[in-house]
Amino acid sequence: MTTTNPPAAAVPVTKGGGDRPGTPAGRVRKKLSSPLATGIAILIAAFWSVPTFGLLISSFRPEDEIKTSGWWSFFTDPQLTLDNYSEVLFGGSASSGQLAGYFINSLVITIPAVLFPMAICALAAYALAWIDFRGRDWIYILIFALQIVPLQMALVPLLRFFSQGVELFGVQLLPAWGLSGEELFIQVWFAHTCFAIPFGVYLLHNFISELPKDVMEAARVDGANHPKIFRTIVLPLITPVLASFGIFQFLWVWNDLLVALIFASGGGRDTNPMTVRLAELAGTRGNEWQRLTSGAFVSMIVPLIVFLSLQRYFVRGLLAGSVKG
Amino acid sequence: MNFDLADQADKFVMLLGGLIAFVVLVGGLLLVLDVIPTKLAERREARLAAAAEAGAPIPAGAARGREGWLAFGFLAPALLLLSIGLIFPAIRTTILSFMNGNSTEWVGFDNYTWMFGQPDIQNVLLNTLVWVLVVPALAATIGLLYAIMVDKARGEAVAKALIFLPMAISFVGASIIWKFVYAYRSGEQDQIGLLNQIVVWFGGEPKQWLLEEGFKLNTLLLIVIMIWIQAGFAMVILSAAIKAIPAEIVEAARIDGTNAWQMFWRITLPAIRPALIVVVVTITIATLKVFDIVRTMTNGNYDTSVIANEMYNQSFRYGETGHGSALAVFLFVLVIPIVIFQIRNIRKQRSEA
Repeated sequence: MTTTNPPAAAVPVTKGGGDRPGTPAGRVRKKLSSPLATGIAILIAAFWSVPTFGLLISSFRPEDEIKTSGWWSFFTDPQLTLDNYSEVLFGGSASSGQLAGYFINSLVITIPAVLFPMAICALAAYALAWIDFRGRDWIYILIFALQIVPLQMALVPLLRFFSQGVELFGVQLLPAWGLSGEELFIQVWFAHTCFAIPFGVYLLHNFISELPKDVMEAARVDGANHPKIFRTIVLPLITPVLASFGIFQFLWVWNDLLVALIFASGGGRDTNPMTVRLAELAGTRGNEWQRLTSGAFVSMIVPLIVFLSLQRYFVRGLLAGSVKG
Repeated sequence: MNFDLADQADKFVMLLGGLIAFVVLVGGLLLVLDVIPTKLAERREARLAAAAEAGAPIPAGAARGREGWLAFGFLAPALLLLSIGLIFPAIRTTILSFMNGNSTEWVGFDNYTWMFGQPDIQNVLLNTLVWVLVVPALAATIGLLYAIMVDKARGEAVAKALIFLPMAISFVGASIIWKFVYAYRSGEQDQIGLLNQIVVWFGGEPKQWLLEEGFKLNTLLLIVIMIWIQAGFAMVILSAAIKAIPAEIVEAARIDGTNAWQMFWRITLPAIRPALIVVVVTITIATLKVFDIVRTMTNGNYDTSVIANEMYNQSFRYGETGHGSALAVFLFVLVIPIVIFQIRNIRKQRSEA
């Protein structure tokens, strides 16, 4: 599977790296590894972890405690409860989070919105890398450049496309979709899929174009056509990369607020993902800390699991997408 | 308990439908791409055989044309979705930005003069500028410093994971985490927000941080959240770049007697320059589009709004599509130089490869 490593991801070229005093990192570190530098490193690490840690502790403290004393007083007066979680997930009143339903919405939105771009981008990246046709470079550059079109530019027209269809000079070319309720999920999948393509093609293209030429040519000589090569040779080879794109897309969709606000909010409780609900709670009930803290952790738990268990692929994807050459 | 899984059935039906659509569409496409070219190839071979018998030369360039059709098949879904989802909407938004609020009349550059003339919106533009100047610079610097300091140190993996973790958290989740840090209660009560508690420990008065407009303090406090999220990204990329510097170069410099700081400025920094550019560019683009943090923390109140947030408000809350579109177009214009820069980088890489 070494072929799937992009040139940039082959990171530790030098054996030993910064450990030896000779490497630049090692030398700078030596200079920096004064007590002062160690202190700064610890300070940064603390600054990065303490806010999350505080929220985690708070989410388990009883409501009265959260609202009247800081989470650090937990160390002198430890009280734990799961009430916040059961309240925010399953609470009966409209003002409680009722996050369980929103959790499912997030799940329903995310799964297809990850699968579709993976397949579509893999196909496109393969064509751009291995099928010889005129204008290939230009199409690739166009797709790459689209990566940087702000989402905001697409929102209003795309929403109109869904609600009114396409009309040109008074002729209805495409009908309005006219979706409602749970059907709004389709809109969200569609929007997320469109928005993911530029980055996905770029990321996968980096890997696919580095596959060994001999293998492809041998397959061609044996009479395999492109769909067959794609299915039987390329797909197995790019699985780790596909996974890294999948993780990116998963985190992006699960954590998205803007797209969901615009394309899903028509369905209210039936379609809104957790991010929308949380933003709502933070806005209207900003002082209900017992719900905000536990709600925030409910929304983080799935991405954290995905992230921590698949971190290796995620980092590899980052490196491939960012430091090529 | 007010949750019944049975109520959720409709959603799962939708999910199942989505999955079936996925299998049918992708499977169908591959099947079509597989069957049609095979049929065509059979016919062509028959023709070529006939032509060869008649002694005619085999036409050149035929292979390339054939490949073109197949490539189109592979690219069609991506290109179709990009057209519907990005290209035409972007063009349409540009047109809408020259029309009035409900897109019924042409108004020329009115929306743009509104954007630069309105003090509120000027402030929004200024805020965006502050974001774009501060976030990439600080996130990259902190990422770089930290990458060097923990490089090959004991517990490097854990130390890196701590900084990297916020990448997995949604901007909304991150905002709630920091909202709690900035939380305020009046002086006579116990503080629950860490920042105010620290101020109190040092003998100060607790403040309503997000209402402090002086020196853009509240905007800077929102910026802290973005840096908190992005520094991990910078750290991972830069750390990899540092480890990839060839040992020979370093040895040579060492023999020449360079000290650690010279080494940093003359060897490390030039060597990781491409990675540094990528980091700064990527974070800059992400920062320009920042929306979730501002919306969750202040909803753009207290002079903290940014372009992306204002665009949402104008288009979707006030129904001023023209204003919103003009803001979106302006956002795009800001990004264009970065696009050109990146395209030139790609072309350079391609010609070197």
